Amino acid sequence: MSHPLPQIIKREFLRLAKDPVYIFCMVLAPLVCFVFFTSLMDEGLPQELPVGLVDQDATTTSRQISRNLDAFQQTRIVAHYPDASEARRAVQRGEIYGFYLIPKGTARKALRQEQPRLSFYMNYSYLVAGSLIYRDMRMMSELASGAAARSVLYAKGATEGQAMAYLQPIVIETHAIGNPWLNYNIYLSNTLLPGILMLFVFMVTVYSIGSEIKERQGSRLLAMAHGNMLHIIVGKLLPQTLIFLLMGSAYVFYLYGYLQFPCHCGIPSIWALMALFVLASQGMGVMMISALPTLRLGLSFASLWAVISFSICGMSFPVMAMDPTLQGLSLLFPLRHYFLIYVNSALDGYPLLNAWPYIVALIGFASLPYLLAWRLKHVLLHAKYEK
Amino acid sequence: MIRRYLQYLQQSLRDWNEIFLSELRTIFSDAGVLIFFILVPLGYPLLYTFIYNKETIREVPVAVVDNSRTKISREYLRRLDATADVQIVSHCADMAEARDLVREREAYGVVEIPADFSKALNRGKQTSVSIFVDMSGLLYYKAILTSNTNVSLSMNADIKAQRAGATTAQQEAVSVQPIAYEEVSLFNPTNGFASFLIPAVLILLIQQTLILGVGMAAGTAREAGRLGRLLPAMERRGGLMRIILGKGAAYLLVYLPISVYVLGIVPHLFRLNQLSNPWTLPLFVVPYLMACISFSLALSAILKHRETVILLVVFTSVPLLFISGISWPGSSIPDFWKYVSYIFPSTFGINGFIKANNMGAPLAYLRTECTMLWLQAFLYFFVAVAMYRRNLMRIKD
Repeated sequence: MSHPLPQIIKREFLRLAKDPVYIFCMVLAPLVCFVFFTSLMDEGLPQELPVGLVDQDATTTSRQISRNLDAFQQTRIVAHYPDASEARRAVQRGEIYGFYLIPKGTARKALRQEQPRLSFYMNYSYLVAGSLIYRDMRMMSELASGAAARSVLYAKGATEGQAMAYLQPIVIETHAIGNPWLNYNIYLSNTLLPGILMLFVFMVTVYSIGSEIKERQGSRLLAMAHGNMLHIIVGKLLPQTLIFLLMGSAYVFYLYGYLQFPCHCGIPSIWALMALFVLASQGMGVMMISALPTLRLGLSFASLWAVISFSICGMSFPVMAMDPTLQGLSLLFPLRHYFLIYVNSALDGYPLLNAWPYIVALIGFASLPYLLAWRLKHVLLHAKYEK
Repeated sequence: MIRRYLQYLQQSLRDWNEIFLSELRTIFSDAGVLIFFILVPLGYPLLYTFIYNKETIREVPVAVVDNSRTKISREYLRRLDATADVQIVSHCADMAEARDLVREREAYGVVEIPADFSKALNRGKQTSVSIFVDMSGLLYYKAILTSNTNVSLSMNADIKAQRAGATTAQQEAVSVQPIAYEEVSLFNPTNGFASFLIPAVLILLIQQTLILGVGMAAGTAREAGRLGRLLPAMERRGGLMRIILGKGAAYLLVYLPISVYVLGIVPHLFRLNQLSNPWTLPLFVVPYLMACISFSLALSAILKHRETVILLVVFTSVPLLFISGISWPGSSIPDFWKYVSYIFPSTFGINGFIKANNMGAPLAYLRTECTMLWLQAFLYFFVAVAMYRRNLMRIKD
């Protein structure tokens, strides 16, 4: 009689091939998502965000300001408005993300040293766009103020160096470690892509075990494995692991090989991290269906955990700014650990050992199926399909 | 003639009523559907708002390396520590020590003051403060950079005023800053994360739970072979439309109160922006619901099993949020993805809701969104009719 393990593996491959849902969730949808996120943020940093200008001064000075603002990479003046309320209405219509206001008499007041006041308005309902145009418009205002003072200093006979030292005694030199371009693609895709893969691993793991229960295949499967749960766990999960590793390799080589995203630790290390992460996600999936052996509830559990992962992993909103309860809860999400290891090793270039607690956590998630083997056996034998 | 017409009307209303009631019975007798229609819309917004409720990050820990150790460098660091965004957690002897703190994730940035800081300033030369920022989150970067820029500007102003030796306060202000400026945040005064993200999540939630619930009900009916029950209604003229209208009306009835809670009460509970005119919102939300329901009914016709819809739909939430133009600016979305986004009601729903609710725009400014939502509602209605017809014809054969 042949060994049961290859039989179960073969059976699982056949099951995967038979139901088109698997092909969609394991190959098609992940690939589309990988391409979607990276091509959506292809610009890296959004360029030429539309802003408006309210120039009530209409002098050479004000035109100079508007020309300079337009020259910034992130900002483009798309329209002129007669007054602030007209510009605000354009913001409400969604035509511009903000506007710059040069009031009447700016140039005259600047000459007479009466300190005119410029103002700029950003719509922070769109946080990213608002922050980026804020940066440009504030820099523009500093420059305008500096230019006015500089012309006075030049008139007094100062050199450029003297003038700059007088105007800006202290300057800030910024070093953005790992991502000096502030590239959003690097900032987000590095966590979004593994996150999407994790979502599908959760779903497929839960679905594949849950449909055994639904089709009442549990006892037959156990007989096939001669009652050995290890054969069932390995036999069912291994074919899925292989396919998901293939998908994981796709994003690893695409991000770090083709797009050349920063990866201080080298591609082999990040590949190993991806592999461990796939195993950890499978472990979570087994835990979910063991805890809630109804297909629908198991899948709901998987959906909840996967969708919350994107918020609670801290990639966009820092975990330290969340409620302490959530800070503790975040440790139960594999994506949080993946994110921390990625930041430590690939982005910041510290040794892998420095992130050992998170690696241990991922290994813990990955070993869940073996720790829960008794429960899984019970579920396969006794759980009844509930609508 | 008139009698025949009345009979036809009576029959169609009877069919409609029957389908409407039986769909309502299905919804309220299926725990799985109820999870998506009641539990998720009730719970998710609370959970999400709980995550983002602090709006922004305060007191980001930084390490400082003060190589100058003079009165003026200490003044700089004192002012930095006093900002709301940054907190100095350690004064380090050198950069190596500071880097260790960053590696241990006890600090998210380093501020280094050069040795000749005071000397340069006293000689009237320019000097620079170096900041090193951990880029694992852009909010750390923003907090550390903004607070350092603000401190340097205020220090610069004091130094300039001192050097200018101006006699009056007015003269001093002008010599420090010949042209003043002010910044105004529109529609999200705290620049917060919740105020920006939650409204979009709420709108998306309505679409996603509708697709999930409708899909699960349809998948279950098909799996159990209950689809055939619709055959008698289909046989009659206009029967297919009655089926879709009857089902749609049942979902609309359930989702009207849900929308009031999700879009009206939740923002109120968490003190998010609610600038909309009370008439604008219903006039916008009803077409949104109708577009979502038609879309869900059309999509549900391809499902053969009860649970499949969860696997096919849940993952779309993240891309749909990005493609709507709320997090990644709409003006920077490549054309191809922009056209793809027009398929989904959520794209117009999110943009319209943000305009009306966050920015207080009148209905006239939502014309594009409303038109597109009505268009989707009609288009997907006919797609749903066609799909149901195909499925029912197959059963008949």
